[in-house]
Amino acid sequence: MPHDRVLDTFPKLLLDRTRQHPDKIAMREKALGIWQTWSWRQMCDEVRALAGGLAAMGLARGDKVAIIGDNRPHLYWAMTAIQCLGGVPVPLYQDAVAEEMQFVLEHAETRFAVVEDQEQVDKLLAVQERCPKLETMIYTDPRGLRHYSSPDLHALTTVQEHGRCFAAAHPSYVDEQIAQGRGTDLAIMLYTSGTTGRPKGVMLSFDNILITARNAVVREGLRDDEEILAYLPMAWVGDHIFSYAQFYCADFIVNCPESSDTVLQDLHEIGPTYFFAPPRIWENILTTVMIRMEDAAWLKRKMFHFFMGVAQRVGARKLAGQSVGLRDTLLYALGDVLVYGPLKDNLGLRRIRLAYTAGEAIGPEIFTFYRSLGINVKQLYGMTEASVFVCVQPDGEVRSDTVGTPMPEVEVKISPEGEVMFRSPGVFLGYYKNPQATAETLDDGWVHSGDAGYIDAQGHLKIIDRARDVSRVGNANRSLFAPRYLENKLKFSPFIKEAVVYGQERPFVGAFINIDLEAVGNWAERRGLAYTSYTDLAARPQVYDLIQGEIARVNAHLADDPQMAGAQIRRFLILHKELDPDDGELTRTRKVRRRFVSEKYATLIEALYGADDRVTVETQVIFEDGRSGMLKAELLICDVAPETSVAVA
Amino acid sequence: MAESIERPPHTVLRDKSAPLLQVQHIALAFGAVQALSDVSVDIDAGEILAIIGPNGAGKTSLLNVINGVYYPQRGRIVFQGVERSKRLRPYQVARQGIARTFQNVALFKGMSTLDNLMTGRVLHMHTGLFSQALYWGRARRDEERHRAYVETIIDFLEIEAIRKTPVGRLPYGLQKRVELGRALAAEPVLLLLDEPMAGMNVEEKADMCRFIFDIRDEFGITCVLIEHDMGVVMDISDRLVVLDYGRKIADGPPDVVRTDQAVINAYLGVAYADERY
Repeated sequence: MPHDRVLDTFPKLLLDRTRQHPDKIAMREKALGIWQTWSWRQMCDEVRALAGGLAAMGLARGDKVAIIGDNRPHLYWAMTAIQCLGGVPVPLYQDAVAEEMQFVLEHAETRFAVVEDQEQVDKLLAVQERCPKLETMIYTDPRGLRHYSSPDLHALTTVQEHGRCFAAAHPSYVDEQIAQGRGTDLAIMLYTSGTTGRPKGVMLSFDNILITARNAVVREGLRDDEEILAYLPMAWVGDHIFSYAQFYCADFIVNCPESSDTVLQDLHEIGPTYFFAPPRIWENILTTVMIRMEDAAWLKRKMFHFFMGVAQRVGARKLAGQSVGLRDTLLYALGDVLVYGPLKDNLGLRRIRLAYTAGEAIGPEIFTFYRSLGINVKQLYGMTEASVFVCVQPDGEVRSDTVGTPMPEVEVKISPEGEVMFRSPGVFLGYYKNPQATAETLDDGWVHSGDAGYIDAQGHLKIIDRARDVSRVGNANRSLFAPRYLENKLKFSPFIKEAVVYGQERPFVGAFINIDLEAVGNWAERRGLAYTSYTDLAARPQVYDLIQGEIARVNAHLADDPQMAGAQIRRFLILHKELDPDDGELTRTRKVRRRFVSEKYATLIEALYGADDRVTVETQVIFEDGRSGMLKAELLICDVAPETSVAVA
Repeated sequence: MAESIERPPHTVLRDKSAPLLQVQHIALAFGAVQALSDVSVDIDAGEILAIIGPNGAGKTSLLNVINGVYYPQRGRIVFQGVERSKRLRPYQVARQGIARTFQNVALFKGMSTLDNLMTGRVLHMHTGLFSQALYWGRARRDEERHRAYVETIIDFLEIEAIRKTPVGRLPYGLQKRVELGRALAAEPVLLLLDEPMAGMNVEEKADMCRFIFDIRDEFGITCVLIEHDMGVVMDISDRLVVLDYGRKIADGPPDVVRTDQAVINAYLGVAYADERY
């Protein structure tokens, strides 16, 4: 579209959209119990005032500005305001501890920071001395900050007031700056949390983001009346594409939840039509449903299980547009009235036209559950380095074990070593101040994804594991050892929250398990099993029996695959604490840092492959307020008998 | 969070000449048991005052005298410069601007958080039963106004997620927070907190400390609290009053009180006489 070619930056889009439909609702945020709305005109005013204020404070082209906080309209506007002036927003994970922030602030050389509240201001003040470039901090929520005396602190409303005065004195300044912006300019820097090493700053241009976002809008048929809920961290590329880039491209409405604790309620109130969630969230919702159903009256329970059976048989086929028999059609219609409809309504998923899951593999049972309810959830394969979109399952070709076909203008190939590689207009400019890592990842426009996978007969991409993690078990039949694949299989159990498996060049595969406190806790309560804490519950023999049963089920699946039969889990232990990003065991996006965990729990790994059936462990834990303490526990180690394949036997 | 506990106490505008509340020469006895004898305390506007003392020292009795549950046999109470008449009922005291929370949570367990907070607004509701039942005209506008105020408190205490949850289903720490919210909903001048952190874990205590600071700073409410956790007390209070067997044995800033020999002997015990305090 030639018309759109001129609109090659977000600030230009903002002006254009505001001109076209000044009174259309742009954003909502729930505040003080009421959904507040902003039209495009109001939003544009806010952005302009903020841009003027930042200009008055000396923000220059190329300056980096940290953005830290929950999804708030003001923070999204701050991004646009910064981009108006040619600055580069650098969103940070809001739950990161001060030291982690320090690294990014220093590395990105941020001069300004726009943050949400006192919590974030406290963190910044704690590291300010070590970040000499950081000059100015702007906060949106003044609560608790009244008596802070730092001269570098400013309220966002004050900055906007200055901005309005500035605009009166220099009426055309902001517009001139907006006009100077080019699609090839650096639009944003997103630090990948990375399962290994230091975070890397992925540089994306306006072209990268806008072309990718527009292609997805066209292929997936997004409309200007979509409603989405912006609840995933702003520092994560997914939120940036869905709640920011596509918001500008497709003109839909972005809703910001009241707080991070109320997301499920806000979801119910908004009823989004376009929704994104990582597998973890889909799992959480399903677990909540299952727990509530177990506690429901028997008639409800019976009805639920009966109609879910019908749905599993019929729903997915209906969604794929295949024909089903008359009897099933009628049953499904009845189920929709009695069970699926009310259930979807309750979860806030009733109006969904398009939903994605991505980031990690999703359990086939979980995936099928939502599909069979008639929710069009699809798998997406994306990376920060690609401005998200690489592959998406086309409508009508949705299966639980692939990630679909390449998006428009995206080329995918498999390297001779079996690594997935791709090339697209969305491919990033490079890692900030890290030419070595850029050279390792970018190869003549092609990106090394680091994932092992293959393209199947239908042209769908299938991901197995991280390429460097795939190895062999050190037993007689040298079975394929794909840790992520095994861990995901384990995590498909509602009782297992996290798993870490070992087996590379070991005699057999062993596993660390984190139980799901909510699901196992509920299970324990129904059996009258009293417990005091996670550590206590995790050490119960009954819980070990429960997990043993779950692992045996996974083993039975593995036994059917000749490649994997030797990778069955033979021993496991339940960890005495939950793996936690604050302790460095998980990334901020809650992926296991394998190497770190292996080093930290080396004694436990040895014990897995030792003769004893118990081991004592002492771990340092870091509390939310930054203090640390020691946690000591004795862990049981439990054996699991291997399964044999039914097919072979 | 921990940072806020360590924040230096702020100097809030305080009219030294006229205390907000004066308790003078109070004596309270239940039969032969002398709960309070000759206790005098001045509470200044804008301060956080902690009352400490061993079990049975008369701490809760003193709060009960202040909010009118007990009538002392002797002594007088002057609130905002006006001497209180002898037999003022607790609701009349509440109407004057003194709100409190209780040692054992006293909420309506079957009602939602929101409804519990709305009960805190009862003192400010002026429409009749009839128009409220019809939810019409002024009653409706009134309700909306009160709801809006309650929402600011929900936001302040960060309890949005439990707005509609019956309080009986909430964990103890959150129930305490809801109770604090109800007291705040009454828009008090003086807030009495009876063991606001009893039974809480470290994180919940840190949160509660932050709330108490913010109540004083954001709402300008004077806080009097009874608390047993000495770490918390030393951190957050501007001034301590120590009771022992119904008598006041010390009154002053934490630094002074913690080195007071009478306090060390009577309350903190000999074991604490070393460098720990």
